[in-house]
Amino acid sequence: MTASEKYVAAAYLVVFVTVLAYVLIIGAKLGRLEREVAELTELAKQRRDG
Amino acid sequence: MSSRNSLLALVLMAAAIALVAFYAPEDANQGLSQKIFYFHVPIALTSYACFGWGAWKALRYLWLREERYDLESYVAIHLGVIFGALTLLTGSIWAKISWGVWWTWSSNQLVLFLVLFLFYSTYFMLRFSVEDGPMRANLSAVYALFGVVLIPISFLAIRLANDFIHPTVFTSAGPQMSGSMFATFCVCLAAMLSLAASFYGIELAGKRLDAKLRELRELLAP
Repeated sequence: MTASEKYVAAAYLVVFVTVLAYVLIIGAKLGRLEREVAELTELAKQRRDG
Repeated sequence: MSSRNSLLALVLMAAAIALVAFYAPEDANQGLSQKIFYFHVPIALTSYACFGWGAWKALRYLWLREERYDLESYVAIHLGVIFGALTLLTGSIWAKISWGVWWTWSSNQLVLFLVLFLFYSTYFMLRFSVEDGPMRANLSAVYALFGVVLIPISFLAIRLANDFIHPTVFTSAGPQMSGSMFATFCVCLAAMLSLAASFYGIELAGKRLDAKLRELRELLAP
């Protein structure tokens, strides 16, 4: 691998890793929201049942 | 809408990578390293677009006083800062191979982009140092609007100051590259803009859902 190839690969890797990190963070956030929705649904059910 | 945007971004990104790897010819002067240009410049233009969009939403907030514009402005600026950081990182790698240094203070465009990036980075410090409410939204909107002035300065700096270090590809005579290079560049730009639009939609939907859940939690609290 030449120096040019290494730098070009590094530049594209930086972009790829950033996009991947962003997607993972959003995925984790969606997981948290899903858990919260389940928790609130449970709470609402308990309220309804007395 | 978000899933359609995400699919479009995915298709365009795949097309952009394929075009950069197999279609765009190697530059006669810079060789392979010029291929960084196809992602570096569209990322920079996307960050300008995000900052501009954030400022537009801030203006809409100040004009109409609707809370949703404050959130939209915040999300756009957040994405602008992410794309701005990527611009600095990819640019730094390109600088190292082309000029032999990671950074140079003698290039006006580089320094002005750094100023723009730091300006919008401090937006978050200002925003989160004020309690949630109209005061925070007002200050954030005014700050976002001030920053937009830096965008044309940063964009035109290279032309106004006769900067010979940073290359100028788009001149008044048109793009200084072959047709296949320009076509690849256009696809890469479309890919980055659609990626940003897709992130914008997803992040905004997440934040709105978060706010609604918080409201629901308060209503259900014993």
